[in-house]
Amino acid sequence: MAEPKHHDEPTHHEEHIVSPTVYLLIGAALLVLTATTTAVSYVELGNFNAVVALAIACIKMTLVVLFFMHVKYSSKLTKLTVAAGFLTFCVLITMTMTDYISRAWGRW
Amino acid sequence: MDSHTIAAQTAEAGHIEHEHPPFLRHHFATVEQQRETATFGMWLFLLTEIMFFGGLFCAYLIYRNWYYPAFVDGSHSLHIWAGTLNTTILIVSSFTMAMGVHASETRMRKALVGWCIATIILGCGFLCVKAYEWHDEWVEHHVPGLNFSPEGFMRVNPAYPADAPLQRDMAEKTQVYFSLYFAMTGMHALHMIIGVSLLALLTIRAWGGAYTSGHVAPVENFGLYWHFVDIVWIFLFPLLYLISRHQ
Repeated sequence: MAEPKHHDEPTHHEEHIVSPTVYLLIGAALLVLTATTTAVSYVELGNFNAVVALAIACIKMTLVVLFFMHVKYSSKLTKLTVAAGFLTFCVLITMTMTDYISRAWGRW
Repeated sequence: MDSHTIAAQTAEAGHIEHEHPPFLRHHFATVEQQRETATFGMWLFLLTEIMFFGGLFCAYLIYRNWYYPAFVDGSHSLHIWAGTLNTTILIVSSFTMAMGVHASETRMRKALVGWCIATIILGCGFLCVKAYEWHDEWVEHHVPGLNFSPEGFMRVNPAYPADAPLQRDMAEKTQVYFSLYFAMTGMHALHMIIGVSLLALLTIRAWGGAYTSGHVAPVENFGLYWHFVDIVWIFLFPLLYLISRHQ
């Protein structure tokens, strides 16, 4: 087992402090993606309008989770918690949608 | 580290030496451990929130497929500029909140208070735009159960002159769209109101210097909550406003 760390060293920083430059870049990227998704919604893409809009939303979510919410710099416990949560959510949505699209043929 | 070690260390550091910072609870060995525990708990809470909003998103997807023309016409009645403006406001507020966490980590009291106040103002701005939209929907009789009328969807929408108006039975089904719209934006706005209220309390305590002496966890975990509410809107915006525009 590792030597227990003492908290009384004033300069001791185990946490990673994210620099304001990173926050500024991520914020700018999110604003650009927002402008993109709005602009793309004015272009006729058929079914792909929804695909593109949701793909951009997923990219934005990933940026927010990794950088604004510090998951990129977090402990393995936090990473595992977040990943397990998203996996469970995806399983629940997939199972529900699989059930719905395999019933009531002709009504979809 | 097992609980014995922690207890022994806490007893040593906390009770005998009395050299721990006042915000460190006695059942934690170090500030880092306390902060890690609080973050873990906050993420578990956010996972329950994901499941809660996820259920609403799932219902939206299923009913959108079921009553597709009603959902398209319902979506056409929203203002895309208002949705885009609100997305922009929320993203900037997430940036100011992230900067608030940075100010707390680098122990800059006035900067922390400033970023928190900026976040509060942006949060209130979001709610004002949302209130304007809801008022618009009330005026147009789009509120199910209170003043709903399908008549507007049985005429050609001037903004979409090429689209045929809905028949009465499908026009009635726009109530399903608006029920989910008000449920989702309403729950999101409730989270915003709770967030702004909590942040006001945090700001008052931050002014007193509570979070700029190494006690980062409350600001950081509030930031997690605020960013989560931002993520919910990041998905609500395309689903409610954008994806039906060209259908």
